[in-house]
Amino acid sequence: MESKLQGQEQTLAQQGHSGFAADWGSDQRVFKKVSWGKAMMWILLLSDTFIFACFLVAYLNARNTTTVDWPNASEVFALHIGGANLPLILIAIMTFVLISSSGTMAMAVNCAYRKARKATAALMLATAALGAAFVGMQAFEWSKLISEGVRPWGNPWGAEQFGASFFMITGFHGTHVTIGVIFLIIVARRVWRGDFDRDQRSWMSAGNGDYEAVEIMGLYWHFVDLVWVFIFAFFYLW
Amino acid sequence: MTHSPQTVEAGEMAHDEGQQHPIKLYFVVWGLLFVLSAASYWVDYAQLQGLLRWSLILIFMTLKAGLIIAVFMHMAWERLALIYAILLPPLAVIGLLAILIIESDYTSETRVIEFGQGAAAIAAE
Repeated sequence: MESKLQGQEQTLAQQGHSGFAADWGSDQRVFKKVSWGKAMMWILLLSDTFIFACFLVAYLNARNTTTVDWPNASEVFALHIGGANLPLILIAIMTFVLISSSGTMAMAVNCAYRKARKATAALMLATAALGAAFVGMQAFEWSKLISEGVRPWGNPWGAEQFGASFFMITGFHGTHVTIGVIFLIIVARRVWRGDFDRDQRSWMSAGNGDYEAVEIMGLYWHFVDLVWVFIFAFFYLW
Repeated sequence: MTHSPQTVEAGEMAHDEGQQHPIKLYFVVWGLLFVLSAASYWVDYAQLQGLLRWSLILIFMTLKAGLIIAVFMHMAWERLALIYAILLPPLAVIGLLAILIIESDYTSETRVIEFGQGAAAIAAE
């Protein structure tokens, strides 16, 4: 059936592997029907993936090369609550907060495409609030470890590289969350004001009813959650 | 569009109207992410060790990452050209990981030979 279609229509209609070959083989844009904004966000996230991957691989390498024992994350990140010693409890709460923020963000994107302006803005602000809570808990975690003597060059429990890895990896992730919270508030404000409903172009919107900026913002936010999945597995549980 | 509606794939249709998917799907994924996180927390809480621990951690991690990318980031509904451009390059990192794990074994071995096991005891003091 596809062979009957001609030229441009053929490439637009093709899906699957023949569509993949047609997209990459055409003397035009590769990512047909993918807006520039979304393509650029994906390229940013891909480069960010490599930065985070380098940090995590370097950390695993450092951990494997030490002749000194690596501190037990389960104990290092335990909290004493009501007389009980709960291992990794703060990290568990932070994980659930971040997953919940991913959930509210997904809902916000869904509302944006239904053009439910106020629901979208409210859900984005909820996402920002959860993100801010995450950063707050991370600040608590950092100050607790610093007061216990953890430094980039040493710590009381073993391998010196633990401190450097911890501050580098969680610090870079926390920075991403903070930037995300700021941008969530900026986009939410525009949504609330109805900027995307007006027939007015900006760097975020092609005009009347173009809410794609919310989805692109969502891509960034879900990526932050995605990175935490790997940090949780390799740094805290490993 | 010259082709009849039934030949248009569901993915393409969804894309034309923006990424609109049933809200129930998001709730299911949200719930699954909670369950998988609780499961990986349990792996630590139950003090599982050895191969069982590492494999469970990696399985839960992969499932969570897959759900986030496929559903929340709408990758499941994107064009194959974009999917491959994004997902294939990070696979090269596995090569980097393999090289550095081999290298780290060598470095570790060298340190033990050069400084002896006592290096651990001295550093710990």
